[in-house]
Amino acid sequence: MKYEPVIGLETHIELKTSSKIFCSCPVSFGQKTNTSCCPICTGMPGTLPKLNQAVVDYAIMAGLAVNCKVSKVSRMDRKNYVYPDLCKAYQISQYDMPLLKSGHITLSDGHAIRIKRIHIEEDAGKLIHENNELLIDYNRGGVPLIEVVTEPDFCTSSEVKEYLETLRLIMKTIDVSDCKMQEASLRCDVNLSVKVPGENPGSRVEIKNVNSFAYIVKAIEYEFLRQVNLIEKGQKIKQETRRFNAQTGKTETMRSKEETQDYRYFPEPDLPYIYVSDERIASLAEKLPELPQSRIKRYVEEMKVRQKDAEEIIKYPKLADYFEEIVKISKNPKLSLSLMLNHVYRNLLTEEEKEGAKISVTPFDLAQVVLLQDGSIPASFVKTVVDRMLKEGKSFEELFDISDFQKVSGDDLLEIVKNVIDENPKAASDYKGGKEKSIKALIGLVMRKTSGKADAKLVSELLKERLQK
Amino acid sequence: MKGKIVRLHEKLINGEITSLELTSKYLENIRKFDSEINSYITVTQEEAFKAAKATDEKIAKGEKVPLLSGIPMSFKDNLSTKGILTTCASKILSNYIPVYDAFVVEKLYEQGAVLLGKNNMDEFSMGSSCETGYYGRTKNPYNYERVTGGSSGGGAAAVATDMAVYSLGSDSGGSVRQPASFCGVVGLKPTYGAVSRNGMIAFASSFDQIGVLATTVEDTAIVFDTISAYDAIDATCSGKKRDKCFEDINRDIKGVKIGIIKNLTRELSGEISKSIKDSCESLKSLGADITELRIDNLDLAMPVYCILTCAEASSNLARYDGVRYGYRTKDYESIDEMIRKTRSEGFGSEVKQRIMMGNYVLGAGRYENYYKKAMSIRQLIKKSVDEAFEKVDVLLSPTSIVTAFKEEEKLKDPIDMYLSDLCTVTANICGYPALSVPCGFDNSGLPVGLQLMGRNFSEKLLLNVAYKFEDANQIIYKKPKGGAYSFEI
Repeated sequence: MKYEPVIGLETHIELKTSSKIFCSCPVSFGQKTNTSCCPICTGMPGTLPKLNQAVVDYAIMAGLAVNCKVSKVSRMDRKNYVYPDLCKAYQISQYDMPLLKSGHITLSDGHAIRIKRIHIEEDAGKLIHENNELLIDYNRGGVPLIEVVTEPDFCTSSEVKEYLETLRLIMKTIDVSDCKMQEASLRCDVNLSVKVPGENPGSRVEIKNVNSFAYIVKAIEYEFLRQVNLIEKGQKIKQETRRFNAQTGKTETMRSKEETQDYRYFPEPDLPYIYVSDERIASLAEKLPELPQSRIKRYVEEMKVRQKDAEEIIKYPKLADYFEEIVKISKNPKLSLSLMLNHVYRNLLTEEEKEGAKISVTPFDLAQVVLLQDGSIPASFVKTVVDRMLKEGKSFEELFDISDFQKVSGDDLLEIVKNVIDENPKAASDYKGGKEKSIKALIGLVMRKTSGKADAKLVSELLKERLQK
Repeated sequence: MKGKIVRLHEKLINGEITSLELTSKYLENIRKFDSEINSYITVTQEEAFKAAKATDEKIAKGEKVPLLSGIPMSFKDNLSTKGILTTCASKILSNYIPVYDAFVVEKLYEQGAVLLGKNNMDEFSMGSSCETGYYGRTKNPYNYERVTGGSSGGGAAAVATDMAVYSLGSDSGGSVRQPASFCGVVGLKPTYGAVSRNGMIAFASSFDQIGVLATTVEDTAIVFDTISAYDAIDATCSGKKRDKCFEDINRDIKGVKIGIIKNLTRELSGEISKSIKDSCESLKSLGADITELRIDNLDLAMPVYCILTCAEASSNLARYDGVRYGYRTKDYESIDEMIRKTRSEGFGSEVKQRIMMGNYVLGAGRYENYYKKAMSIRQLIKKSVDEAFEKVDVLLSPTSIVTAFKEEEKLKDPIDMYLSDLCTVTANICGYPALSVPCGFDNSGLPVGLQLMGRNFSEKLLLNVAYKFEDANQIIYKKPKGGAYSFEI
């Protein structure tokens, strides 16, 4: 009998608005504990939330980017549960009137993953276990989140991975989130059940907070097999919440259905309903930058670059922006892209540098290099040129004299070839004696003497010619 | 009737008395009587003297000071005061000192108000008798065996006994008006959204509104004008421009249409009924156009109030867990045990009962039948009241169908206790402004209150009608205990 997994995802994404969702504390990562918080986001008695409109704007942009409909009227609700990192003992979230509904993300094979809803909510603080003590850091409390909930549309773990990568790329492109799993600015819960074709899916198991894409894939694969095994043995799947143990690669029970929290949702009385006008939606839609899929298409169709290269550059939206700036001046997309992928990438050592397109020279400066590659600089020099420019943050003109790159040829080159043969009789005689490889050493020596400004093919021909005489 | 605030202000700026002397007089009254009456949880003598001196210095320098400058007053103990104990009369907050001032506290400090202390109340405002608090009950100044009403009973008693010129309380179902009526003072619950709730420790967020207790309508108007302002921090605070109520408060009320709520005046005891009838006659003679009308669905107001306030309270009070501030239990093995024991020991039985009711009505499978239904009935009641406001400008009823009852009389019967708010809850359900003004006494000499309710932001009209009424009926104004508490200034 064949089994199919039925998978849905709930993805939490931290929005990078400048302040928190209900107060004016800054949103930041890695601050000293309990320094980015105030009476409001620590839920002191008598404090009141005030909805940060930037959060609504960011969420709407996120929703529009994944084809969601914006609700004209939505509202905040209280989700009540007790946990020490949740200082009001309720999370202000959205329950039955979310800000965004019915969107989708289309995967590369054309399969559309439907997005049921996106709602806004506040993040909780963080528990720190230290020397047998339980400490709480409230810096993250009140940081704005969107929760993106899909329909159970995934059939494989690779679809899940592609969806998450696409979602992350879209959020980064529209610049509403950094989507860093290691900083928990993107978190994912997986819902999985197993379906026998022609029957209804079995009980649903939720896997909480798996913290990398690779683990999500592993967790799904493990959980699918676990459920199939149970079914084969004739056992029932229990509806429960499980967690993924990265050490064992297995999922394990967190709480069963009987222990499921009753969140006692009700409308947040401290906040009015959220009304969104058509004008506001239109102006936010206008602000949306070009989305990854259409960008790739444009690069391939209009710039005639390879699909693979286009996919590579748009992984870092800011580098893609930079690339387009170079193209505007150089008018040569292929060479410009190869400059980015082959040389600029090498100089950006960390993900942060790539994310932020931290390049010390202007696109104009690099465009000059592209233009000079058109004959003036030999290809073998581009690496040196770009490395020095980026290291020193200076333009080509500031570092080099174009004449340095004029090729050595004709009689000058012949003279050098002669000298090299005279100075290295052993290598010369080895070659003559049939050791073809020894010519490589001689080519190298000629290139060194010309500071690389000779054509290697020509040098090889000249050497062979002389040695055969 | 001229109020105390204007009179005292004149004496202060004329140099007849200093704020320091005035403050001392009030503090002396607190010393003399409050060990018995128990209207204060905390007395802030040091802060009071400091504020009084600041006003005196300004006056000495010839600076112009606002009306409320140098006037001694008090806050209910659910209004956050920076650096000053704020307990909500609960053990769970018995050591809680806020790090910020409530909006209204800030507003009054700006005016140079002299804070005498923080008033007793029912625990977290849950009660109608000022008996459920951790610090014991407040006694009614007219008769110590009687309750002050609640929950703002401490403030009402303090104002009635010259232990404060005025006091700010809060009203979620009658908590300012009912004790005002039991203690023979004026109490105003403003329109929901007129006064910022920022810094008021919540009981039921969509019902709570900060209100004013004072001995005269004029004083009430002056204080209300000061605290009614837009506050960006409270998302439910209205941005509407406020009318100044104190201005021309004395204007004619000829032709104002007042409707007696028939279904709230039907089963009154003889004495209260007579007071209300006399009041109507008096208003008629002032030129008001009095009619009688029935408002549908008012019998549903009390259940709606119970369900919704308990639901909101269960969520609002969930944060008191001993983790960050407030009382924490002594012995515990785990955090879960710590939270459980802290709450079991920290809350009184009235609060626990309402939290349980709230959690019950919000629970899975019950939300639709209780909370949601109550929300739709809330709209229905509002619709019925709005229909009445198509015919009249002001709705009239007694503030309470009883006068101050005996201590502990209703503690064992929560339904009976809730019913003492029967006339007042409708204003909170609809969000409309309402006030209570003294209108007579029963046979045992206990005060009776007259309630006037108006449309949204009609405080100016309500205070105007109440002012004219009070002015015409000065004769009924009797001091408690033959004026034992009052002093001549």
